[in-house]
Parts: sequence; C-alpha cells; structure tokens
Amino acid sequence: MRTRRTRLTVLAAATALVLAGCGGGDAETPAAGETEAATEGGSEGGAEGTITIGIKFDQPGLGLQDGSEYTGFDVDVAKHVAEQLGYGEDQIEFFESPSAQRENLLQTGQVDMIFATYSITDARKETVDFAGPYFVAGQDLLVAADDDSIEGPEDLEGKRLCSVTGSTSAQRIKDEYSAGVQLQEYPGYADCVTALVAGAVDAVTTDDIILAGLASQPTNAGKVKVVGNPFSEENYGVGLPKGSENCEAINEAITAMIEDGTWEQLLQDNVGESGYTPNEELNPPTPEPCA
Amino acid sequence: MTLSDYLDQFAELFATFDVLGAFWQIVRLTAVSAVVSFVLGTVLALMRISPIPSLQWVGAAYVNVLRNTPLTVIILFCNLGLWAQLGLNLASPTSQTFFEQNNFRLAVLGLSVYHAAFVCEALRSGVNTVPVGQAEAARAIGLGFLPTARLIIFPQALRGAIAPLGNTLIALTKNTTVASAIGVAEASALMKTMIEFRPDVIIAIFLTFAIGFVILVLPVGLVVTSLSRRLAVAR
Repeated sequence: MRTRRTRLTVLAAATALVLAGCGGGDAETPAAGETEAATEGGSEGGAEGTITIGIKFDQPGLGLQDGSEYTGFDVDVAKHVAEQLGYGEDQIEFFESPSAQRENLLQTGQVDMIFATYSITDARKETVDFAGPYFVAGQDLLVAADDDSIEGPEDLEGKRLCSVTGSTSAQRIKDEYSAGVQLQEYPGYADCVTALVAGAVDAVTTDDIILAGLASQPTNAGKVKVVGNPFSEENYGVGLPKGSENCEAINEAITAMIEDGTWEQLLQDNVGESGYTPNEELNPPTPEPCA
Repeated sequence: MTLSDYLDQFAELFATFDVLGAFWQIVRLTAVSAVVSFVLGTVLALMRISPIPSLQWVGAAYVNVLRNTPLTVIILFCNLGLWAQLGLNLASPTSQTFFEQNNFRLAVLGLSVYHAAFVCEALRSGVNTVPVGQAEAARAIGLGFLPTARLIIFPQALRGAIAPLGNTLIALTKNTTVASAIGVAEASALMKTMIEFRPDVIIAIFLTFAIGFVILVLPVGLVVTSLSRRLAVAR
C-alpha cells in the first residue's frame, strides 16, 4: 500500500511538472519582459530577462553563425532595435529561423521577433504581424564575374538558372520573363553558388542583398558578381506574433536608426565589400503604420 | 475550426498544387531505384558469398562504406560532385528538360547505390536460412558456384529474404524524399513550396503528405507480410 501511494505521488508531481511546462511555453514568452520594455521605450538596460530573436544562421552578410558569434545586417539591425526596446546585447538570444518555420516559431512563442529576410506579404499577415520594413530588397541575378551576356531576367532564355526549393523567385522568372529557362533547385543558396562557380549553372537568383552577401564571402570574391538590375520589390519586415505590443516601438527604433545614419553604416559594413548598393529609389524605407 | 473548414483547405491545396504529380514522382523514383538496387544488390550478395576472397572483400567494403554514409551526402555528391564538378551528364545537355531528366537519373543513381547495400544484406540473411547441406549436395552433383547459386541457393534464399527486402523497399519509398536535395520535384519539395506560399494552412499541408505516404507504404507492408508467410520455406 505504501509503495503504491508513493508511486501515485510521484506520478502526480510529474504530471504537474509536464503541465506547467506546457503552459509556460505559450503564455510566458510574450509576457516575460516585452510589455515592460514597450512601456519603458528607449531607456537603456531597463528590461529584465531575455529576448529571443529569430535570424538566419546560414546567410552570409545577413544572418550568419560564426562560431559563437552572429554577424550580418539582419543581426546588427536586430541588436540595435533590441537595444531601443531596453535589452542589452547579453540579454539577446539568437534562434535559427529557416524560412519554412518562421510563422510557426512566432505562433508557438519560441521566438519574440524575427529578422530573417522576412518579406511582408498578405498571406503571412494572416498569421503573424509585421513591423517595418527596415529594408527593401529586389530580386536580382548573380552570375560568373566574366559573364557579360546576362544583364537582366530577359537574357535567361535557354540558360540554366539556380534557386532554392520552394522559393518564389525562380518561378517568377519562368512565368514573367524567360519561359525557356531551365531551373535547378537546391536546399540552400550555398549549393547554387558552388554550382555557379563550377560552371554548371549560368545564374543564381534571389533578393539582391542575399546575393551581395554571398558574393562578399572570401571564397567567392572575384568569381561572381551581382548584375545590379533588380526587378521586384521585397519589403523586409520584423516578424512579430499576432497582437504584439512592440510594433510601434520597433518602428520608432527603425526610423531613428535610418535618420542618424546607423542604418547606412550597418549596410556598408555587412555587404558593402561586394560593391553592392541597394535600390536607391526605395531605400531607406519608411516603416508602415502598425495594424 | 470545424471539419468542413479543414476539408475546404484540402480541396484548395489540391486545386492549387500538383500534389498527385509530386507523389507520382515518388512512385517513379521508387520503382526505378528498386529495380536497379535489386540487380546491384544481387551482384553484391553473390560477391559476398562467393569462394573468391578478393570479391568477398570488395563486396564487404562496398556494403560497409555505402551503408554507413548518409543518403543526403550520396545524393548531393551525385549532383554537385559527379555532375557539376566532373561533368557527368545523364541526359542530353541540349534537351529542353535537361535538369528534370538529369536530376531524376542522378537521384536514381544515388538511391540505387545506397539501397543496393541493404538489398545485399537482406539477400545474405536469406542465404543464411538455406541449410549448408543444400550447397554441398549441389556441389556433389557437379554444379559450379554460379549454377549452384542460381538454381539451388537463391530461389530458396529469396523466399526467406522477403520480409527484410520489403523493409528495404519501404525505407526506399520514404528515402526518395531526399531527392529534393538536388531539385527533383517530388513530394517533400512540393511540401516546402506549399509551406512557403500557404503558411496559414500548415496543418492541412502536413496531413496531406503524412496521409499520402501512408497510402503509398501501407499496401507494401501488407503485401510483404502476406507473401513472407505464404512463401516461407517450411523446415
């Protein structure tokens, strides 16, 4: 009898722990320090706890994990915005957010915000909120450094084009510009660049700033170049969980960093080496009003 | 959300995306790779049970290397290594659908060499169910190694190897999804596309593919189980 009672107690305790764990994941994260931070506005080191920010880990120039360090334009903007929300650099936890998982990570509260080349689209607005945009990218082409035959998407007829599985960019070229283009798809842009350097494909397509980041990598420097003729408009926003209270504060932080020149400096530091300059008509952008 | 909302989502997904085409690609990859890997695996099994030590060694080395290499690595090597670096074209480079054909064949190559190692081991386990007396009797009536294997050992071994061969076939069916790593437009590639375009109906997307694979794989399992019972050699 005694052992049975002990077992029951243990079981009850374990169940309670599991339930507590489940509840915490959803409810705690947004409340942990964010609301506090929002009211305190720009005060330094005001917020307690940590903030989890979703970034790419594999995109040079934007979000790249380098040992225990994180580098890139998205990462630097994220640090700057977090600082304005009251989180010091030691209070930020970076979390990998691959494209396909971004909505899910926000909905389940695993990350508090996302800076990961996240284009603002209507379909995504159904499930998440956006602050920003903090950058306007455009689809462009990356070609071999000595290739002058490709100057825009119209020149790809009969050529071999590489992009990432499930991305919108390659399909757009096929549908709108060159119906005769051949598409190769890989899981990551690094594979595409490998194939481009080997001469197996003629061009790689995605947003210009991503291509510029790839072109600035030491191993690719001098072998590839960004064509510099963007033909679409991708508004990179800050992904937030639905109903987040931080949107206004983030927009203020973005506007401030554009006005004081930090934005341009960060861009130059991260992708300037490839000789890339963003589309000047659209950059720097003005954040949209929060919903 | 009510049930009819979910059904609407499924209908919408099937109308927008070529789900059946993606699963058809899985069936094609599985069928071709199954045949090629069975032939290759049989040759390997022959080598491993042959009386020639150098052939035994080659067979064992092949199985141990290929079986212990991740499939993604093999498939990616077929594309980025054999094709992009070394220029191995498995389709006419001037073809309008060059990438489609070339990637499909490279994927079949990768899947086949990988699963041949498992087919070889499955067959070898079947060979072990055949009593030594069978081989001795075959030698006693003057049959050489190949006729012994073809007429006496393999017909019996195959019946004992149905279950492990079936498991390999099921694994192969699911492993074909790795072919998306080199851009073959099969089910997992379509799933990524669907998640990118329709993140709002993610549950319906996952269910579509989970159910699709169950529909593909479940009959294989049932057939294999009943065959392995019916064909088992009663000893």
